[in-house]
Amino acid sequence: MSAAESPPPRLQMRGITKRYPGVVANDRIDLAVAAGEIHALLGENGAGKTTLMNVLYGLARPNEGEILLDGVPVRIADPADAIQRGISMVHQHFMLVPVLTVAENILLGAETMANPIFLDRREARKRIVELGQRFGFEMDPDARVNTLPVGWQQRVEILKALYRRARILVLDEPTAVLTPQETVEIFAVLRRLAADGRSIIFISHKLYEVLEIADRITVIRRGRVVGTRLPLETNEEDLAELMVGREVQLTVDRGKSHPAQPVFHVEGLRVRSDRGQEVVRGVSFSVRAGEILGIAGVAGNGQDELVEALTGLRRVADGTAHLDGEEITHWPVRRRREHGLGYVPGDRQKYGLVLGFSVADNLVLTQYYSRPFARGIQRDDAAIEAWARQTIGEFDIRTPSEAVRAGTLSGGNQQKVIVAREFGRDLRALVLDQPTRGLDVGSIEFIHKQAIRKRDDGTAILLVSAELDEVLELSDRIAVMYRGEIVALVDGPSANKEDIGLLMATGGRAPAAGPAGAASGTAGPGAPA
Amino acid sequence: MARLRSYAGLVVVPALSILLALLVASFLIILSALVGPEGKFNLALPLVAYWSLLEGALGSLRGIANMIVAATPLVLTGLAVGVGLKAGLFNIGATGQVLLGGFAAALVGERLAGAPPLIAIGGAVVAGILAGALAGFIPGFLKAFTGAHEVVTTIMLNALIQLIISGSVNDVFRAAGPTFARTASVGAAELTGLGETTLHLGVLLAFACVPFSYWLLWRTTLGFEIRAVGANPTAARYAGMSPRRMIMLTMSLCGAFAGMAGAIEILRLGYYPAVFGTSIGFDGITVALLGQAHPIGILFSGLLLGAMRAGAPLMQIEAHVPVEIIDVIQGVILIFLTAEVVVRRVFRLKAARVEAGELQTITRTYGEKVA
Repeated sequence: MSAAESPPPRLQMRGITKRYPGVVANDRIDLAVAAGEIHALLGENGAGKTTLMNVLYGLARPNEGEILLDGVPVRIADPADAIQRGISMVHQHFMLVPVLTVAENILLGAETMANPIFLDRREARKRIVELGQRFGFEMDPDARVNTLPVGWQQRVEILKALYRRARILVLDEPTAVLTPQETVEIFAVLRRLAADGRSIIFISHKLYEVLEIADRITVIRRGRVVGTRLPLETNEEDLAELMVGREVQLTVDRGKSHPAQPVFHVEGLRVRSDRGQEVVRGVSFSVRAGEILGIAGVAGNGQDELVEALTGLRRVADGTAHLDGEEITHWPVRRRREHGLGYVPGDRQKYGLVLGFSVADNLVLTQYYSRPFARGIQRDDAAIEAWARQTIGEFDIRTPSEAVRAGTLSGGNQQKVIVAREFGRDLRALVLDQPTRGLDVGSIEFIHKQAIRKRDDGTAILLVSAELDEVLELSDRIAVMYRGEIVALVDGPSANKEDIGLLMATGGRAPAAGPAGAASGTAGPGAPA
Repeated sequence: MARLRSYAGLVVVPALSILLALLVASFLIILSALVGPEGKFNLALPLVAYWSLLEGALGSLRGIANMIVAATPLVLTGLAVGVGLKAGLFNIGATGQVLLGGFAAALVGERLAGAPPLIAIGGAVVAGILAGALAGFIPGFLKAFTGAHEVVTTIMLNALIQLIISGSVNDVFRAAGPTFARTASVGAAELTGLGETTLHLGVLLAFACVPFSYWLLWRTTLGFEIRAVGANPTAARYAGMSPRRMIMLTMSLCGAFAGMAGAIEILRLGYYPAVFGTSIGFDGITVALLGQAHPIGILFSGLLLGAMRAGAPLMQIEAHVPVEIIDVIQGVILIFLTAEVVVRRVFRLKAARVEAGELQTITRTYGEKVA
């Protein structure tokens, strides 16, 4: 966007400073967004992106600085005021009522009234359909939100904003919950919105996405703007360095693996989903000591259930799993752990941590009952504390102390707590499920290095990730999972990204049908309730 | 320092809830005097009433003893609810657990009526604890294996236990002598006052449960598991704990506390009457919430409610305010505690950082399936 300077930009934030006790979350930040521009806001977790957007959305009042809309200074009192002025926000976690219809969700808070008592549903429905048609995502206004795929729920959020006549649309990590296919589709929608003259602020820390979608990129680090770039004049390495403040290795130096004997052996494994469908259908593989076996696949092809079955959280319907020669197929979680199985779960807040507990308690969450952390039935707080302090230093967990609640840490540091807990003991095998989901580049680099280190220590590692790049980068061998089966097993270092992507999408057969229902963002919205 | 501040944060809302409840009760006291037989409008009456309440509880050694005796079962039922909240369980079945515990104590006490007092009391109390634990275990088991919500099952169990007991007291266990239906006297198992006071052995037993609970919850691995299951059951399962086992165990433990409370009340009375109306089970909810589900807090809130019970008679004599106003105060405290938002709004307090477990246990939706 090299628009002439004559008309003032749609949005200007000048010298925004926001202090919280002990921290300056935003330090004299300047941001200008033109009409029809897609402006990416890039920064690590905790860099101050969210604070800046909260200031814009009226959720936080800046200590200094001013906001101008179309060149006119404004004071935004609260979110209702922001919406009134045409600023809308699509949160990472959708603010939708699942049991209401699309139309009802859109009307909530912006009711179109036929008269003082009744809603004008017909008029509302008409506008929703019109808006959808105009921006290329027609939607059944009577479909219930909980019947829609995630990608479509996000579109409902966007429709909600458009219904409120948003001129500035803030999207907070919109692709975090989407499949690659859905991401492509939402980008198309965003481009149409920009072409219509709306300004879009796109918050992300995925470098390649930002390069693909943004007209301009503003990078924030520790509350300050450290640079603004046009996508054409920059690249991933440059952006990563700006973001982190030092040179970042985007690809880890993994060295050569020296696999030894098979340690983790799975044979003909069959597992059912919560709904009773067989979603893992006869999977066999073997992970050797000192190697990383990556499982690539579109989310929802049975990976979650496979991991749960291997770690003891889900019953195995048929088949066997062996760890270091012993059959563990039906062992409970704790026995597997004691036999040397580590596990970094995919959902860190639901499975990996007790957010209300201290960092120290979370670091011993799986070993609290054994020496030296317990003597008999009594906890040894001194030993727990000492070990926590040591681990915090060793794994560079950024926390004021071991006594603060884990929920107060940033996502990257929360993940480091889990990694420290699981990696910090002798293991035979390690299951990594989405180990870097939602993390910034600095944390990703750290966790990848730790994984390689663990591999070189002789641990057999099973890596499951929806990020194909991650699988390609770390794995010594890659298994592609499609509809509950392993359809290909290839050498990691020599694997070709396009080939694997095709296998993930089609299972290596005729590319007629999409993957098992899960990722088909192309499917229309659900039937009317 | 930080720890001190976080404790201060815990005390603020309960303290303000009490203050608001006293204010609301003041209106009622003034109003009841106004519409009463004398029809007087007396703005100072609430102060007179509250002063005599205080005097009744703390003005004499006897008052203090009465306060402690009244607080004894409340501390226990407070723990029966509070420890459950730590595990994410809302045990409103303390009433039934109290009744079953008391009944078991009465029956065993009856058998041991001729034994040496310490053995008789010991046997009867242990019976009460076990019976209470059983009454707690049943909803725990149902929740662990079927997902049935403990609020629903404990309410139903309350009624069931009460009816079965009063039925059998009227029939098979009815003692021959007395004119009304009751069980036979527990004889040597009766908890009599020590010296001149109403204090009895059960007081020691009950108050020992406070440090025990604290130790259990924060100093043992079992307590760590209980709190982990309460705060995040899926993470607890991931970490190799068994939420099912913890739910059954915690509910049994809660029931044991309530059962002990029932045993103490019945052994003080000396027999089990066909109609044993007691509110200590439900009062435990107020005690637990007022004490923020923390054993020390429960000790203090139990003493506070005990003081109101002990001081109420003097208040009625001196200020002519009916003792029932105590129930009103207690009820309003509970409302303000559960409607914490209201208290915070009135006093312009910042919202609490949401702590999993405790209050969330009460406000969260039903029907969660146990893994």
